[in-house]
Amino acid sequence: MGIIDKFDPLKEQMVQILDQDGNHKEDMLPAEMTDEVVKEMYEKIWYVRLCNDRAFKMQRSGRLGTFASVKGHEACQLAVNLALKETDWVVPYFREQAIMWDHGVPMENIYLYWKGNEWGSHIPEGVKCLPPSVPVGSQMLHAVGISWAAKMRGEDEITATFFGDGATSEGDFHEAMNFAGVFKTGTIFICQNNQYAISVRRNVQTAAKTIAQKAIAYGMPGVLVDGNDPFAMYAVTKEAAERARKGEGPTLIEAYLYRFDDHTTSDDASKYRDESEVENWKPRDAVIRMQKYLAKKGLWSEKYQEELIESLKPKVEEMVKKIDEHPDPTVDDIFGYTFAELSPEMERQKEYLKKSLGQ
Amino acid sequence: MKTNALHMVGAINEALRQEMTKDERVVVYGEDVGVDGGVFRVTDGLHAEFGDQRCFDSPLAESGIVGTAIGLAINGMRPVVEIQFSGFLFEAFAQIMCHAVRVRNRSRGRFTCPMVIRTPYSGGIKALEHHIESEEAYLAHLAGLKVVIPSTPFDAKGLLLAAIRDPDPVVFFEPKRLYRSFKQEVPEQDYIIPIGKAALVREGTDLTLIAYGAMVRECHEAAAQAEKEGISCQIIDVRTISPIDRETIIAAVQSTGRAIIVQEAPRSFSVASEIMSFLYENLFQSLKAPIARVTGFDIVNPMARGEDLYLPNQNRVFQEIKKVMG
Repeated sequence: MGIIDKFDPLKEQMVQILDQDGNHKEDMLPAEMTDEVVKEMYEKIWYVRLCNDRAFKMQRSGRLGTFASVKGHEACQLAVNLALKETDWVVPYFREQAIMWDHGVPMENIYLYWKGNEWGSHIPEGVKCLPPSVPVGSQMLHAVGISWAAKMRGEDEITATFFGDGATSEGDFHEAMNFAGVFKTGTIFICQNNQYAISVRRNVQTAAKTIAQKAIAYGMPGVLVDGNDPFAMYAVTKEAAERARKGEGPTLIEAYLYRFDDHTTSDDASKYRDESEVENWKPRDAVIRMQKYLAKKGLWSEKYQEELIESLKPKVEEMVKKIDEHPDPTVDDIFGYTFAELSPEMERQKEYLKKSLGQ
Repeated sequence: MKTNALHMVGAINEALRQEMTKDERVVVYGEDVGVDGGVFRVTDGLHAEFGDQRCFDSPLAESGIVGTAIGLAINGMRPVVEIQFSGFLFEAFAQIMCHAVRVRNRSRGRFTCPMVIRTPYSGGIKALEHHIESEEAYLAHLAGLKVVIPSTPFDAKGLLLAAIRDPDPVVFFEPKRLYRSFKQEVPEQDYIIPIGKAALVREGTDLTLIAYGAMVRECHEAAAQAEKEGISCQIIDVRTISPIDRETIIAAVQSTGRAIIVQEAPRSFSVASEIMSFLYENLFQSLKAPIARVTGFDIVNPMARGEDLYLPNQNRVFQEIKKVMG
């Protein structure tokens, strides 16, 4: 019996291995979570977070468009990726900077997209990750199709797809879960329940006690996990991945966490939630509990933290430089990818635009 | 060359069967397309021949059908999905509009979406509400989507083979009143009718009738009637609604100086409106008469008992020919 079967979503049982004081359940600690791995993940979280903070500053100074902050979701995403292979697919919504980057998409690509340049979504060849999907909930169906194709072709590929609590109200969530259940696709559905869909609270999205329990209706296991606990997220995803690889079908994971920042840079969360609520959640942040965990093992000190941040700063600035230097789209760019081959009328429109621009 | 006399249903079935044989990436699914062979029997026998990994029933969910097909296409398959009636295409419209047509552009060519959505459309068989409408204009408005409508069994086979092999998403509207209305000799061999090319299907010198789908036959009948009165009508079968073949249509109308566009869909903001626009843009000074349209009306499609009042027919086309000829 695995972890997934032991935790009943109907009884609101939540998988947790690492608590907010940095204490862990030794019997449940995944063997792969060596000190080295934990430390590496901790450092990755900081890189992702620093990039996020830097992007925020760029947005405020008009160098980047609206984007959704990843703060509070990094550990969940990095733990999921740790349980995936390079050959597996990631199908994100639009708050997945951490897993997209860790799965192989350069960070400058991710924020170039948020600058409003499609070249950001030109995912490097060989990296199996779709670009962000803005219409809420619509991407889960693509994830099902992608994993289904792998199954049809007998490829050892599974797919992890991400969405928020709000997305579970969309019809496409139901259709995706339903197709995945019926055709037993190798899909891992990861709901980052961060308690808010912009301003709307989780309890307005569904009367169900947990999102995880919705899995039952689709004939698949669902499990509620502490999303700020990378050990739990890893252990559960690993099990879901094994199920998927063995052809046992999909799993729904509800990662219970919190959106520390506004919905996007265009939002002001102070209009609809108290600062005290945010403060209450802060000690549960994965970064803090991982820091405590590492400190207990003598692997964290203030000096190490300072050195880590200093060592990451040039990397972050490198990303900024690449974003700033990337050329804006040309006329050929905006016309060139509508079809494999442009129609004569599209060619005429393109030439007209060039001529009107004096090109 | 060996040919068989086939209805459009048989021609589409043959195209699917041949392409499934040739390309194992092709999978066919939708509501009732498996064991039952589809409500119009278009996929008849495919489940038995290819098994339930290649032709199968799906849950009753149009967005799910199209959305999963997008994922399949991204990951190397060639899905050909059926939406049982085009009236239910709108359940999947967001997936088409927000994703299928954008995959290539969004990823700057890194990912593509080669898929076909087949769907029976338009009226004339006294079907139910939501089973009789013509939705091509909604789809033709989407950049990144190809929209095809055959008018004969021969064209249906060649256009569908082209659609399945196309590197981009295609919506393939099948005029359901033509499914079994007439047979035509259809070659057994593999052939393509290129997407984006209209066809001159009747020679004529006085006037050009421009139509597609079931309306091509109404035009043929009206043209035969007009001929008895000494009026020579040319007919262009548009075949591909988007990207529309402006060159062929403009050249045809240039040769006659007169044009009537015939469609079942409501008149305003329609395919006929677009054809009229580019004809005026290109031929204003060489037209001998104002361009005319014979279309459905800007009303909700009447159900079976009122359908004949709505649908353009030979008589209305003939009356318009007389009017344009003055």
